[in-house]
Amino acid sequence: MEYFLTEEQQMVQEIAAKIATEKVRPIRAELDESEEFPWEIMKILAQSDLFGVYLPEEYGGLGGGVLENCLAIEEMGRACIAVATTFAASGLGAYPILLFGSEEQKQKYLPPIASGEKLAAFGVTEANAGSDAGGIQTTAKRDGDYYILNGTKQWITNAGEAEIYTVVAITDRTKGARGASAFIVETGDSGFSFGKKEKKMGLRASATRELLFNDCRIPADRLVSKEGTGFIVTMKTFDVSRPGIGALAVGLSQGALDISVEYARKRVQFGKPIIGFQAVQHMLADMATETEASRALVYAAARYIDSGAKDISKISAISKLYPTDVAMRVTTNAVQVLGGYGYMRDYPVEKMMRDAKILQIYEGTNQIQRNIIGQELNKEYGRIKETFF
Amino acid sequence: MHIVVCIKQVPDAKNVRIDPETNTLVRQGVDSIVNPHDWYAVEAALLLRDEYGGQVTVMTMGPPQAEEALRETLALGVDQAVLLSDRAFAGADTWATSLTLARAVAKLEPVDLVICGKQAIDGDTAQVGPGLAAHLDQPYTTYGRKLELVDGSQLRVERLTDFGYEVVQMALPAVVTVVREIGDPRMPGLKHKMRAKKLEIPTWGAADLDLKPEEVGLQGSFTQVVKVFSPPPRSDREMLTGEVEEQAERLFNLLKDGKVPGL
Repeated sequence: MEYFLTEEQQMVQEIAAKIATEKVRPIRAELDESEEFPWEIMKILAQSDLFGVYLPEEYGGLGGGVLENCLAIEEMGRACIAVATTFAASGLGAYPILLFGSEEQKQKYLPPIASGEKLAAFGVTEANAGSDAGGIQTTAKRDGDYYILNGTKQWITNAGEAEIYTVVAITDRTKGARGASAFIVETGDSGFSFGKKEKKMGLRASATRELLFNDCRIPADRLVSKEGTGFIVTMKTFDVSRPGIGALAVGLSQGALDISVEYARKRVQFGKPIIGFQAVQHMLADMATETEASRALVYAAARYIDSGAKDISKISAISKLYPTDVAMRVTTNAVQVLGGYGYMRDYPVEKMMRDAKILQIYEGTNQIQRNIIGQELNKEYGRIKETFF
Repeated sequence: MHIVVCIKQVPDAKNVRIDPETNTLVRQGVDSIVNPHDWYAVEAALLLRDEYGGQVTVMTMGPPQAEEALRETLALGVDQAVLLSDRAFAGADTWATSLTLARAVAKLEPVDLVICGKQAIDGDTAQVGPGLAAHLDQPYTTYGRKLELVDGSQLRVERLTDFGYEVVQMALPAVVTVVREIGDPRMPGLKHKMRAKKLEIPTWGAADLDLKPEEVGLQGSFTQVVKVFSPPPRSDREMLTGEVEEQAERLFNLLKDGKVPGL
């Protein structure tokens, strides 16, 4: 397919694909087995300038946008979404600073993220605050020129490995949703530590840990935007980051399709390659169709966001919802096409299927995406005066 | 420190075929790649630059399309490139090639070190690196697996041998050829790649290098390829297939019956 990418966008794709093929694919099974954080690959991605593709040039980036970020994520995801998630999660931690940070915060924190010298992470989720961010219990109390943070963030991607964290805490409980604020916390801040490393079904090379705040004292200038804007910061961040989850899904689906077709062309049963059987052919055809539809959707959403449009919540949710549901189906069918081999850990598709599941859960479950889409439809049509009957 | 890396564009070995009629390489439809050993030369140069600073220039002699090979190496962070291209260079043997390269190195002076891959996968001669040193009248070492600058004026080379390695130290300027053990070539960088796309690459011909027509190309060559041929297929061999146990049994029986080809 031709998506009319610019020369620079094609370069992003080429470099990310080369790294994925030569450096990630050969060790993905090993990383999955050992649950080892892929530092070596992160260093290669840093040297190749990929961490800065979506950041402005004045902060050491390459001046691209959501589409460039998605292209890099997709190519890496084609080899391993645990590695690609690690990369993408640094962007998730950077977006609140990029979108809402002060000039000083941007100048201090974005260049090391753009160069890949430091990883970033975003911390919202807590034990009692998943889909309902209103359940956040971590607090931040102003104390002169400082804020004191207390509480525990859960299931934070890149926790323990990243050095720059954007976290959401309650500054005024009486104000409900308007009582939350976003802060930048750095590794080494007093009273800031990490909980145990979680054992996961998939995405095992990605680090998932708790952030522990125990009278964590940070300078007041670490507040992002103003007090009370924590939820806005979170929602606007997810609006630009969700196509990236769609891109992970597109890469994963493509990776599963690649293996399925190659296998079906080689595997002989009843005297012919199984791709000659309509039952298998139609499965592959559906996998290819849905994967391509996902890709077109992610690129279109990313381009729309990069155009500077404001009404992006719905398309952003759509670009996460559809490709991730597709990735679950495609990887499940990849296991089916490979049959018994597919179920074996010696072959890569069972990992893909385990990994796929998280895409329907993190950065807002797909049920929450449907809520967003539904609410936006209600608003959108509420503004239309004409009838379609 | 100024390092020059000499590379060669070669046909992708995965697709090479020889025309049975003419006994020459069929180049149509075969992709060209950077000679795999030359990537280690590029990496060796970049490692030295990482450590000691300086500049890396990559150079190749070839047809105009060899410029693509140069741009590929620029994407890894090489500073500049030179293409040596002239119809008169065609048909050069290792003597004429290394003389042409040596003149170009001289034109790039000051040059502290020239690095080549251990050999090219098409000709497999491994002569151009040493030939270059001879034309430059400089010391050289082959099969380098680790390079280290000593006192800024000497190069210490760990030289791979069949039994381990030797440590050789030579005065700069010098020539060294390197092997895979140097380390995997780094991945291309986005900023380097963007720069590589736009960078002007000068092309030097025989006249630019003060070389006479009889010194270059086929005319300047002391050797000629008289015949290239595929060795005839040997009929007295059998490839064993099947499970390892079956293969072992078959081999055992063949050995027992004294029916192993060539025995």
